[in-house]
Amino acid sequence: MRYIEPHGHMVSRTTDDYRDMVTAGCRAVCEPAFWAGFDRSSPNGFYDYFCQLTEHEPKRAAKFGLPHFTWLCINPKESEDVGLAKDVVALIPRFLDRPNVLGIGEIGLNKNSRNELKVLEMHVELAARHNQMILVHTPHLEDKLKGTRLISDVLKSDSRIKPERCIIDHVEEHTIKLVLDAGLWAGMTLYPESKCTPARAIDMLDVYGTDRIWMNSACDWGVSIPLNVPYTALEMKRRGWSAEQIDKVIYQNPKTFMTQCPKFKLSER
Amino acid sequence: MTRLEVLDLYFMDARSKLIDLAAFLDRVDRGYGEADFRLDAFRAALDELHKNAPERAKQVLLAFSDPTAEPIPTAPGKGAVGAWPGRR
Repeated sequence: MRYIEPHGHMVSRTTDDYRDMVTAGCRAVCEPAFWAGFDRSSPNGFYDYFCQLTEHEPKRAAKFGLPHFTWLCINPKESEDVGLAKDVVALIPRFLDRPNVLGIGEIGLNKNSRNELKVLEMHVELAARHNQMILVHTPHLEDKLKGTRLISDVLKSDSRIKPERCIIDHVEEHTIKLVLDAGLWAGMTLYPESKCTPARAIDMLDVYGTDRIWMNSACDWGVSIPLNVPYTALEMKRRGWSAEQIDKVIYQNPKTFMTQCPKFKLSER
Repeated sequence: MTRLEVLDLYFMDARSKLIDLAAFLDRVDRGYGEADFRLDAFRAALDELHKNAPERAKQVLLAFSDPTAEPIPTAPGKGAVGAWPGRR
């Protein structure tokens, strides 16, 4: 089995996780910028984080032979402070040429507030100006439906944004159709307590097909399972999916999406 | 998959989760004081299971969701509680 982990917050994980992922067949990991679990006190905190994502973490992954890619932004959970967000967004262009940066992400909304929406629009403007791909976080639980609609409207309202270069992550049964119908990619996050279980993810693949969809573990510092993509592949096999069908979902699809950025290159081992 | 294959693969897991739900409601009943909007949303979502209609998972998620369209003035915090208070 081979797979790509298209959304993992590896700065929060141990080297044991890198070893286990590579052993399970992981061929690349992609790390969107994330909330640290506490609010950073200044733009300098983000500068250091962006250095970690573009300099230190690729080296840590390389020790296990794993290519590491990243997406940069100020996460929606820290977007209520528009002044801070402006300063952080202004930092991002100096990192965009770094070899492992795929685009802007994970941007989006958290509580669907006016300030979060302003910061989302700032990021979309940044992506459009620099021709960057976009990875979007959708809100949790009761806020997801409304947030997904608001985000989709922002992306659709900017003619410079190509939907096929945007992925809306953390879709569930009540949001996946509106994402796919908008021509966007959809990400399913395999969490043990929220978002989507392996069984439900496969149900959605049964209903909506396998085009423009990926699965990720979104492993971070919270309750999450770094091997949930290969675990889900195992469940797909138990449900009668062929090796080729599984490979399309867990390897070919994320590869197809991310190779729209020329910096995403994998050796075909 | 045939229905029997689905049952073979998932029945025990679903049975276990159903008993957990029943035990959760018993636990809430044994508690004291007032419940809040989350329990109302939970019961509304449970009603979706009785309907012999497709997309039960989607309907359960919608029962917990904020159906409004306008952004809120300010974020009250960072977390979500799993149900929309305005539905009560």
